[in-house]
Amino acid sequence: MSNIPADLRYAKSHEWLRAESDGTVTIGITDYAQNSLGDITYVQVPKVGASFKAGETFGVVESVKAASDLYMPVGGTVVAVNAVLESAPETVNRDAYGEGWMLKLKPADPAAAATLLDAVAYGEIAG
Amino acid sequence: MSELKRTPLRDFHAAHGARLVDFAGWEMPVQYRSILEEHKAVRRTAGLFDVSHMGEVDVKGPQAGAFLNHLVTNDVAKLFPGRVLYSPMCYPTGGVVDDLLVYMRGAEDYFLCINAGNIDKDLAWIREQAARFDVAITDRCADYALLAVQGPNAATIVQSLTGAKLGLIRYYHFGEATVAGVHCLASRTGYTGEDGFELYHAASEAPALAAALLEAGKPHGLELAGLGARDSLRLEAGYPLYGHEITAEISPLTAGLGWTVKLDKGADFIGRTALADERARGGERKVVFFKTGDRRIVRADHPVLDAAGAVVGKVVSGTLSPILNEAIGSALVTAAAAKQPLQVDIRGTKLNLQLVKPPFVELKKTNA
Repeated sequence: MSNIPADLRYAKSHEWLRAESDGTVTIGITDYAQNSLGDITYVQVPKVGASFKAGETFGVVESVKAASDLYMPVGGTVVAVNAVLESAPETVNRDAYGEGWMLKLKPADPAAAATLLDAVAYGEIAG
Repeated sequence: MSELKRTPLRDFHAAHGARLVDFAGWEMPVQYRSILEEHKAVRRTAGLFDVSHMGEVDVKGPQAGAFLNHLVTNDVAKLFPGRVLYSPMCYPTGGVVDDLLVYMRGAEDYFLCINAGNIDKDLAWIREQAARFDVAITDRCADYALLAVQGPNAATIVQSLTGAKLGLIRYYHFGEATVAGVHCLASRTGYTGEDGFELYHAASEAPALAAALLEAGKPHGLELAGLGARDSLRLEAGYPLYGHEITAEISPLTAGLGWTVKLDKGADFIGRTALADERARGGERKVVFFKTGDRRIVRADHPVLDAAGAVVGKVVSGTLSPILNEAIGSALVTAAAAKQPLQVDIRGTKLNLQLVKPPFVELKKTNA
């Protein structure tokens, strides 16, 4: 069983999103995604300041097995990226919802996050 | 879709948390815990691999030696009982049917270990070539299981389960040994570049032997290792994999295995004319090994470019070296391009290929 925290929102493409108190959202990939990929060897994230629409590719996560695109669950502007992943991409395997976060976004539409899947709905995809 | 074949250890793998995948029609463990960690364990301590999918063939009879020397490119006449030989087996074109190990048990008694994905093709080919020799070919694939214990602590672990003096079996030699009560052909060979043993034994004994090795290995850092680590270990060691560095279209000379092609061994062999011609003229293509200094993996079939951006070949194997922490691989390129700067384009980033004469890491395989 993969770990699916109840307080996060999820995309069908296996990204998670957490609404922060300062109005930004933090984004990463789920435990199910990291487990399916296996050993993560490379994470490519965008530059701070880059803007994306919902559903756009924002980066790539690579494992020994495969390279997979990462998709923005909501549109917005990147305000921070996790620099740790450049030298320690395996952090995503170890702590997908914590230290393995990928980026922080200022959402274009603050209400967009609520349209994503909740933990129960995501669990039906990634149980 | 046909049902996957299973080794006698399929349930053992599942019970130990393996991720099982289809490999050449076999349900095999690609990893248990982590490919990277399993790889590092083999380099630093030891790993246990189930490679029972590999094929075994008996070659017996008055002309067994002469037949094998006709069949393969390396010199089988150099063998003596207890000695192992690595060799490609070629088509008349010089392309490779398979690469294999030849074990000499006695003057008229040899044993081959062949790749799982090539078993049917190899048996048909071998039988066809054997028609005019006084030799009997027997498929032993279902009779044997094969466990590989590899790594600096491998010999200590296997020795703890046998009274046989394993120190007397040097690299690329073999002997009989009863390991944990299981009769084995103990071969000091492997596909990792580390010291270790490959233990051929009766398929019915495999679960007991695997459990005994795992238990005896625990104090020595032994980990179960899957085919994922096996592939990254062999690439780091610079060993070819059939279907990648060697194929029906890539000769052993093109692949950099010239040391296995004995044109002057005093026996004609299949592919000799084509290989002699390739050696005299120089091949049109060459397999090169590379690293990039970057962690992005350059995967098989990725185009290889020259400095001007023209395609001059393709990647045939690629992974991340868990020891070097950078991408490594091999590529088939034109002979002219192999002397020029090469690059690849990974999602818009140009990476220079730094050509390396393998192994990529220091290996400790020889105890001779």
